[in-house]
This record gives sequence, structure tokens and C-alpha cells, in this order.
Amino acid sequence: MRVLTEIRWHGRGGQGAKTAALLLADVAFNLGKYVQGFPEYGPERMGAPITAYDRISDKPIRVHSNIYEPDFVVVVDETLLHTVDVTRGLKKEGAILINTQKTKEEILPLLHGYEGEVRIINARKVCMETLGKYFPNTPMLAAIVKVSGIMEEEVFLREMETSLKHKFAKKPEVLEGNMKALKLALQEVQ
Amino acid sequence: MVQSKKERMSGNEAVAHAIKQINPDVMPAFPITPSTEIPQFVSNMIANGEIDTEFIPVESEHSSMSAAIGAEAAGARTLTATSSCGLAFMWEVLYVAASNRLPIMMEVVNRALSGPININAEHSDSMGARDSGWLQIYAENNQEVYDNTIQAYRIAEHADVKLPIMICQDGFITSHAVENIELLPTNAVKDFVGTYEPEHYLLKEDETMAIGPYAISPYCMEAKRAQAQGMINAKKVILQVAEEFEKLSGRKYGFYEGYELDDADFVLVAIGSVCGTIKDAIDELRSKGKKVGLLKVRVFRPFPGEEFAKALKTAKAIAIMDRCEGYNANGGPLGAELTTALYKEKAQAEVVNIIYGLSGRDVKTEDICRVYEKLEKLSQGTDEFGPYPYLGLRSNESADRI
Repeated sequence: MRVLTEIRWHGRGGQGAKTAALLLADVAFNLGKYVQGFPEYGPERMGAPITAYDRISDKPIRVHSNIYEPDFVVVVDETLLHTVDVTRGLKKEGAILINTQKTKEEILPLLHGYEGEVRIINARKVCMETLGKYFPNTPMLAAIVKVSGIMEEEVFLREMETSLKHKFAKKPEVLEGNMKALKLALQEVQ
Repeated sequence: MVQSKKERMSGNEAVAHAIKQINPDVMPAFPITPSTEIPQFVSNMIANGEIDTEFIPVESEHSSMSAAIGAEAAGARTLTATSSCGLAFMWEVLYVAASNRLPIMMEVVNRALSGPININAEHSDSMGARDSGWLQIYAENNQEVYDNTIQAYRIAEHADVKLPIMICQDGFITSHAVENIELLPTNAVKDFVGTYEPEHYLLKEDETMAIGPYAISPYCMEAKRAQAQGMINAKKVILQVAEEFEKLSGRKYGFYEGYELDDADFVLVAIGSVCGTIKDAIDELRSKGKKVGLLKVRVFRPFPGEEFAKALKTAKAIAIMDRCEGYNANGGPLGAELTTALYKEKAQAEVVNIIYGLSGRDVKTEDICRVYEKLEKLSQGTDEFGPYPYLGLRSNESADRI
């Protein structure tokens, strides 16, 4: 197990990549880790490419720079594969997780010869089956927990339930959908 | 010492939490990124009935500072928050707040001034206001900005000081980054900060007074000298408050933090979030036997030049890092002031002033290691910095690119 795990998120403005990065930091904090969750801000607007980062560590984190050699990369929107060099600096011992409706074979040519592990998930399918709306950040959060192995799946689900219960105290139906989405996502990662 | 509670929150949330614990009387504010979240969080707390601070929405930053001056002069403990051009728009009235000896607290989330238009971290906003008569304290991370906020009123309102105070943190890098933090219990914060009991104020029934009248030449210079004394006295008060805060929290503060400084030959002097990155670089270089260190500036106004220079006296080469372009063909504000202080202390070190991190330009540990490498060469007589060094510049046109 790594002392420090570094994750880079690529998404588009409005998809919740920043929220997912902050949620992951939240869950890791609840498990007693040192965390850093932060977005990289540009001229933000709906649909523009955005980057967010997580550092999760057993030791206090002092560095305040972006992450250039991540252990894991999460791509929330596959159209970014054509415009953003998402595997840049990604460690080959690590993995890239991509939200796509395509197969791995179709995705591989877009990854500039990345030698590490490639994982995919159809987050749209997970969302539509559980939430009825496309909020890809929820399934992507569960999927990266599985891919990175930074925490046990049961522990993650338990922590998420507590935190979502608190967040949606007045909307229990939202809690149920989100928990279903997280559980299904854990199964759907390929 | 009281038990702190482990939490995680962004720098802006940390500030808002401290404000909630202090529960000041009045907060006039106008939104500007990246400080916007602070008044947003505070107004939520007010709407939820968690605190009874009077929130005054205004039409501009000039108005927010004017309203803060009015409230503080009336006798209310007052704060506001701003960034960048918002701070620049307050310029005229910043001097009015200081010269009327009104201990307003302002949360400054440091960000570049235009142009080109940019919202990211830079110190040009508060550095531009460095001679306005405000105290200025800077933070490396969310913990420090929280702790500095709790100490702020104790310093600013002290009878020997009576000056407004800026509590600064780096835009986005700490304001929007969620990190671990330790929070003090609210009753301990309230006891530490205490109630505000100004000696003179407009709403005092048995005392009539004027605020901000014209001063003719035979009186004006004396008023300014008296104001300068408040800034001089602040040095003593800042240390007293820090000492009391350490007893409460176990966390130690002073004018600066030295990291591996005592025996360091090659020293970086810097302000804000970059200092965490520098500490990581130092650990890496120390493991290779390099005698490198950091002097992290916490207090910039008053400027503790003598204390900084004494701490740097045995260094062989010093790089003074400015996250602000002075546009004076001579270097940044920290570079200029610290070099003067080193001269007075008869320091023998080679000194270089480096501009870095403008408009949010990221700084990596490798960048810092490069600076230390060149500092070592400088101490041996080889100057690879050039006359006007910029760290992390992409353009090949500058010969001074590090």
C-alpha cells in the first residue's frame, strides 16, 4: 500500500468532477487519512475541460503544487480523450479509469501508448438505472475507490451512507438512488 | 491547552468557521472570486441563526470598506473579505480606516490584479496595499489562516496598536483546497478573543467626538507619527498574542517560521502556500546532505526586518521569493525590504530576488530544488540567476529564466 496516493480527475464543467474529488478526500479523511482535494481553476464554464486533484496520505501533506505524476487518472468525460493528454505523467504502475460506452479495444488507441492498467465503466448506464439522471460523478467516485484500492469497498459504502444521510437529510429518496448507483458502479467497473 | 477537533475543510471554510466562533458585530461585503465563499458561508450562518452578525450587502468594495469604517467607528467589531481588484477598489478608504485607528479585520484571499485578467493566486493585491497602514499576516495553509483569524482582533484592538488587520491566504491554492485542520472549541475561541470594549466610539453616550476631520499642517504630521507608533508597537503585541495562543492551542507562531534554518547555508525566504512545497524540497535535499533551509514570513506589516536579518545572518546565499512583480525594474517588495534589513544587519550572504508564481503559475518541488542548486553555485562565485530572475517562466526570451 502506498504512503501517498495521488489522483488526477479530468472532467467538464458541470459534471461534478471537482465535487467527486472533494468527496473522495472527505471519505479518506473519515478513515483517518491526511487529505488534499483541490480543483485547478481556469475560466470555468459549463462544458469546459477542468482538472481536479486528490492527495491521500498516511503522513501530513505540505506540498501545494498540482499533481504531475499521478498514480491514478479518472476521466469523467470520454470526449476529453481527443483534446486533453489525460495519461500525461501517469505512472505505469497505476491505472486510468474512463467513463465510456465503448469497449477497452476502442479506447486503447486514444491513450498514447499508455502501458499501465486501463479500466472502464459505463457511468451513463449506472446513472440511468439507479438515478434516472446523468450525474457521472457518483459512479466514478465508487469506481476509482475500487480501481485504486485506497479503501475497502464495504468501508467506503458505509462512510458514503453516513455522509449522504447527513447531506440529504430532507431528501431520503436521493440517498437511496445514490447508494444504488455507488453499489452498481462497484460491480460495473471493467 | 484545550483539545482541538480534527476536521477537514478549505481555507475559506476555515476562515468562515473562525468568524462563526468569534461572532463579530458587523460584516459589510461585496463578492469577488476567490474570497466570495467567505461572505457566502457567513451569510448562511446568519440566515440559519447560528450567529447574530449584521450582514450588510453593498454595491461595491469601496462601499464595503466605507461601511466597515462606519460600523467600527460606531463601536462595533467589524470584518470584511475581499480579493484582487476588490481590494484595489478599496484603496482610498483603506488609509481612512488605518488613520482613524479602526481595528477592522479583513480576510484577503490573495489573487492577481489585472491584467491580463486572471483569477489565480498572487500577492500583488495585498502587497499593493502594504503601505496603507494595515497590519498584514500571511498563512501557508488552512490551519494557519484559521489560527491567524482567531489572533487578529487581539492584535488589532490592543490599546497600543489600534490598527486594521489583513489576514491573507493564497487564492485557490489554500482557499479552495480541502485539507486536514484542527479546530478549537468555540468557547475557548470566544474566551481568547474576548469582548470588544473600545475606548472611544461614536455611539458612546457621554463623549462627543468627530471621526475623520481635516487636520491642518501643524497637527497632521503628529497624527501620522502617532499612527506609525501603533505599527511599531504591534511587533510586541503580535508576539504576546502568539504566546497566549500557543498556550491555548499548542501551535507556535511568531514573525516567521524557520524550517531547517539554524545551520542552513542556503536559504529561501518566502510567503504563503509555496512554503509547504519548499519544506518538501528541503527534506529531499537534506537527505542528500545539502544544508538548505527556509525562512517563512508570517508577519509582513509591521516588517520585522531586524528579526529576519538576524535569523539569516549565518546563511551563505539567500533567495528572496516574491509572488508579486514590483514593476520597478528592481524586484519585488519582499526582496527590496529584506535586502535593506540585511544591509543594516551587515549580513555577508549573497542575495538574489526571484519572482515566482504570478497569476497562479504552479511551483513544483523540482523548481525549488533548482533554486537551491543555483544558490550553492552563487555562493561559490558562479551567478546563474541573471539580473532579473523569474522562476518557472516558459518564454525563452528571458535570459533570467530559472
